Amino acid sequence: MASDDDTSKAPPGDLDAFGQKLKKARETEESRRLWKSDVNKPPQTALGLAFRVSVELVSAVAVGFAIGWGLDYLLDTKPWLMVVFIVLGFAAGVMNVYRLASGMGNTMGYKKDDATGNEAPGTPEEGKDRRG
Amino acid sequence: MAEGHSPLAQFEIKKLVDINIAGIDASFTNSSLFMVLTVATVTLFLVGGMRRSETVPGRWQSMAELSYIFIANMLKDTVGSEGRPYFPFIFTIFMFVLVGNMWGMMPYSFTFTSHIAVTFAMAFFIFIGVTLIAIAKHKLHFLAFFMPPGVPIVMAPLLVPIEIISYLSRPISLSVRLFANMLAGHTLLKVFAGFIISLGIAAGWLPFVFVVALTGLEFVIAFLQAFVFTILTCLYLNDALHLH
Repeated sequence: MASDDDTSKAPPGDLDAFGQKLKKARETEESRRLWKSDVNKPPQTALGLAFRVSVELVSAVAVGFAIGWGLDYLLDTKPWLMVVFIVLGFAAGVMNVYRLASGMGNTMGYKKDDATGNEAPGTPEEGKDRRG
Repeated sequence: MAEGHSPLAQFEIKKLVDINIAGIDASFTNSSLFMVLTVATVTLFLVGGMRRSETVPGRWQSMAELSYIFIANMLKDTVGSEGRPYFPFIFTIFMFVLVGNMWGMMPYSFTFTSHIAVTFAMAFFIFIGVTLIAIAKHKLHFLAFFMPPGVPIVMAPLLVPIEIISYLSRPISLSVRLFANMLAGHTLLKVFAGFIISLGIAAGWLPFVFVVALTGLEFVIAFLQAFVFTILTCLYLNDALHLH
């Protein structure tokens, strides 16, 4: 099973030294950033952010329009509910954007997510345990 | 314009095998073909990588494990340990979107993530699934989702519809983001590539430089959009599991 050419060449003593080196490398700032990343906030360019904001705004208005139109169709109240729900949709869109901008989780939830935020213990040790 | 010269011709659905079940068009299209290819690639990548799981992983196994750890950490950081049962789902979404995007980067291939039908179907089922999880876990307390805490009850008639609309807009913004990014990127590539031909030897090198740079950028976007799609799924799941 464990007879891969690259790995069996190294004597077992070297493996410990390698383990030390690996551990040290994993503790550096660079790898920490790579492993943990700030996953709550995907890397954002200004363009990406602008695009996201517009999508959030427009999608809420679209949903508001759809609900209003559907209710009008069912209740025969054209066009009043559509008007009301487009306004509500716009409000929802603004709220989406506000949540996005203020970093209260991505458009959902009402609390600031401190539980999952900064101090999440995302150590790269996982893979080691799993293999045992 | 002749077919094949339009920058949008690459998104055309072509039927490869005509299948018609009880009047429903279920043909095997180029889109289906690339989905099958994607699933096959992911399966090959993971099963092949873990075929002989060594204590000291080789290159292939390292890559397979890296993708595992990447998503496992993402899930742990966003959802916490309660998200563990949903890992297979999240991992599948990530690999499917990522490899689908990457297949789309091959010349003459088809990018199925550039179709709103595909991305919206995924987002819609994620939305339904996450909502069901929230209902199963919190029962009627789930409705508290639409009423922020500490808000005077007088505001409820105004706030609840707004919150419901905001909640319903999630699958749309989730799917539109992936679809629009892929569509725009691939169209842009094709447009610039078209300039190379029309400008000829004299000035064609300028758009050529752009195309080379844009191809690199597209690879980044292909990864980033798969990442964003997955992380948003994680965040929705987090919301469903931990209501305020």
